[in-house]
This record gives sequence, C-alpha cells and structure tokens, in this order.
Amino acid sequence: MKTHFFSDTWVMLERSLRHVFRSVDTIITVTIMPIAFMLLFVYVFGGAIHAGTDRYVNYLLPGILLIAIASGIAYTSYRLFLDLQSGIFERFHSMPIARSSVLWGHVLTSLVSNAISVTVIVLVALVMGFRSSAGVLAWLGVAGILVLFTLALTWIAVIAGLSAKSTDGAGAFAYPILFLPFVSSAFVPTATMPGPVRAFAENQPVTSIVNSIRALFEQQPVGGQIWTALAWCVGVMVIASALAMLIYRRKIA
Amino acid sequence: MEDENVAIHVHGLHTSFKDLQVLKGVDFEVARGSIFALLGSNGAGKTTIVRILTTLLKPDAGTMHVNGFDVVLQPSRVRESISLTGQFAAVDEVLTGRENLVMIAELRHVKGAGEVADDLLDRFGLSDAAGRRVSTYSGGMRRRLDIAMSLIGNPRVIFLDEPTTGLDPEGRIEVWQVIQSLADRGTTVLLTTQHLEEAEKLADRIAILHEGTIIVSGTLEELRKLLPPVKVEYVERQPTLEEIFLAIVGNNKKEPR
Repeated sequence: MKTHFFSDTWVMLERSLRHVFRSVDTIITVTIMPIAFMLLFVYVFGGAIHAGTDRYVNYLLPGILLIAIASGIAYTSYRLFLDLQSGIFERFHSMPIARSSVLWGHVLTSLVSNAISVTVIVLVALVMGFRSSAGVLAWLGVAGILVLFTLALTWIAVIAGLSAKSTDGAGAFAYPILFLPFVSSAFVPTATMPGPVRAFAENQPVTSIVNSIRALFEQQPVGGQIWTALAWCVGVMVIASALAMLIYRRKIA
Repeated sequence: MEDENVAIHVHGLHTSFKDLQVLKGVDFEVARGSIFALLGSNGAGKTTIVRILTTLLKPDAGTMHVNGFDVVLQPSRVRESISLTGQFAAVDEVLTGRENLVMIAELRHVKGAGEVADDLLDRFGLSDAAGRRVSTYSGGMRRRLDIAMSLIGNPRVIFLDEPTTGLDPEGRIEVWQVIQSLADRGTTVLLTTQHLEEAEKLADRIAILHEGTIIVSGTLEELRKLLPPVKVEYVERQPTLEEIFLAIVGNNKKEPR
C-alpha cells in the first residue's frame, strides 16, 4: 500500500498551525507566564539569590526556557483531545492517509509554536541584560537540546491527550513537569539544598539539561552533563513516542 | 466480491461491546449505484454497522466487502473506495469552508485542490461563505459542507450516518436533493436514519434493524405488502405543518445542482 506520509503530515501540520495562529491567546499565555517568572526572579528574588554570577538573568534563562516548553506542550494534549472528540478525526481515519501523520501533525505544531515562544523569551531576556559569548555552534547546540526536550515532552503530551477523559484532565499532566525546574539547578545552585532534596535535584533530568545549556551559553566545557541530558531527552522521547503510537493504534482499531 | 453489481456485502456480522451484544448476525447487500437505507431506533446498532464498514471499528465475526474489498483484511483499499459523513458534522470549525475542502482534496491527492474546492462550494451554494470560519455556519450549511467534503475524489461508496438529524425542514430537503443527485451519478449510498419518511423518499431498498438483526429488508413496495391491504377511505387531507412552514418561508434558497 502506498501512503504519503510526508505530504499527509504536511497537510496536518498546516491545519494544526492554523488552529494555533487563529487562537493567538494560546501563544501569548505560554510566553507571558515564563516572562513573568523571569521578571519576578531577576528583579524581586534575584538580589537575594547568590548563584555565583553577576548577571542573574544569565543564570536563570535556561530554566525559564524549559518552563516555557513544559507549559507550551499542555496545548498539544488539549488540541489532540478536542480533535478526538470531534467528528473530523473519524473522517481522517476513514480516509486513505498515513494514520500516524495525524499525530505527527500535532507534534510538529508543538515544535513550531514552542520555537516561537522560546525566541520571544530570549529576545526579552536580551532586553533585560542577558548576554552570551556563545558562537553559532553553541547556539545550535542549545537549539538542538531544546528541540529534543520539546519532542520528549510533546510525546508525553500526546499520551495524555489520547488517554484523557476530559479537557481538564488533558492538561493536568503538565503540572508535575512544570514543577521539576523549581527543584533543580534552574533557579539556585543545588549545593544550597538539604541532602535528600539535593540528591533528587541533581539526579532529575532538568538539572543536567539546564547545566548543559548554561555551559554552552558561557562557553564553558559541557562535560559529562550533556550526555546525561541527551540520554534523558532521547530516552523519554523514544519510550513516550512508542507508547503514544501503541495507544493510538489501540484507540482507532 | 464475486458479483460485480454488489457494492456492499455483509454476511453474519456480529459485534459486542463488553458483555452487550450489539449486532447478532446482520446480513445484507447493496447494489451498485443504489440508495440503501438502514432504518432503526436509537441504539439499534446502525452507527456500529457504519463504523465497521468504514474501517473505524473491528467486528467480532462476519465477512464484509465494500467495493469488492474485504473490510477486515484490506482496510486501506476500502478507505480508498469510500467516504464517511458521520453523525456529527465532521468539519473543522476553525478553518474556513474552502480550507476544509482544500485540506481533504490534498489528503486525497486530488489534482487542482483549489479548483475542486471552488467547484464544490459553487455546487453546494456555499461560495458566499467560502472564506468564513465554519464555526459561523448554520446547521444546514455545515451538513452541506460535510457532504461536499465526502464527494472529493469521487468515492464509489458513500456512507451517511443520520445525514439530516438536527436540520430544519429546508436543510433536510437540500440534503435529500444532494443524496438523490449522488445516486443519479452512479455513486452507491448507504444511509442510516430514524425517520421513516426519509427512507421512503430516498431509498431504493430499506432494511429495518431491530435488536441486532435485520428483521425486514426490501423495496418500499415489498415492505408495503407485509402490511394488511390498503383500505380506501375518504379523508380530508390537511396540509402538514411542514408544507405550511415551507409555503410561508418560501423555498427561495439556491438549490444544489
């Protein structure tokens, strides 16, 4: 059977992006919250935090970007859930298309919309005094890590969207993920935390990802952290996407 | 299937949801180019049959062929032959009418998606609303768009699950005209309905689904013979409320060609 996976996925992406751009409030929501955090931490708490850098915004930005992505992916499960409720999915599934293109359309949309909000946040950070000496390669490295992080979380969002029973349920899974950066090296050095908290913070994915991005921005050697970070992202992505496809096939018979 | 003139063939179809037996041995055939109405009350299993024949649901047992392809073994060939207009309008509310049509044309890899869309918009009297989001459409317009989307790529067999549910009388008549014109062009139509009148108006053959099996099937004439002979009585025929409604409102909408 010939299917047209790429052209079908492109049509699905086009459709889903139209949904995003016609409800601009979703992009604004996911962009404003992290910016508010950034303002709060730099101008309110920042003075009391000793992160060992003179520019706290430099220290803070990697974590803020992860928070933006973690809140952005909730919309993927929300949109997917709404699609499953509507008749349009039945139509797609009764048509001769590559069925996985339906999910890939949502996943790629998540990449595009998160890329937009990340770009906006970096621009705001520049205005707030963020400076990096990183070269093109280091920036590409940061972009690569963020793409992998987005894909990993988006596939988790797909699972949530496919299994949700209500609209609220579709977004609820994002809260624990959103909480992870707070118990990591994103806002303060882990060395200041008491034993058990520190052990958790140093061994959960966000810390290695934040440290890698920070090192890339500061032209420091990334060390073994980057492999830990990549292993987390790729591992979660592979497992979550396989599981999502499995659930999807079960669901649509 | 063996017979070239059979568009849909269903034999011994069984399906249950958990412990509930929904279909207990359904058999029927639909001739090519005919309109076949599946009649039954709510929960009789009409939608389940449609979902199975359109490859959305796997049956427990039975052999089903659509356009000569086995529904269970060759689902992708079946999907190439059919289109489905489900019970709830399967349109994208955020997109415009035209974008909906272009999207389906692209997914079906039809050449000149834009022209196909414009042609259908014109045929279904939706040209003026082409650039508007579907969320602003009336129920009748949505249904027309829904059916227009189902015609793209000229599928041999079209499934319409309760196509007129929730429509006003004018909308219903519009949809009836569309269905009739489909059959006139040689498309096979299987429609489900709870309205006896709808089956009577449109269908070449009617099957009545009751408690999981087809209890009667045949042409309207054949079904009529099952009833006691007609008595001739003098009854003053009052206009129906529908006729009054249509006379007052005036059926001046653009008719689908």
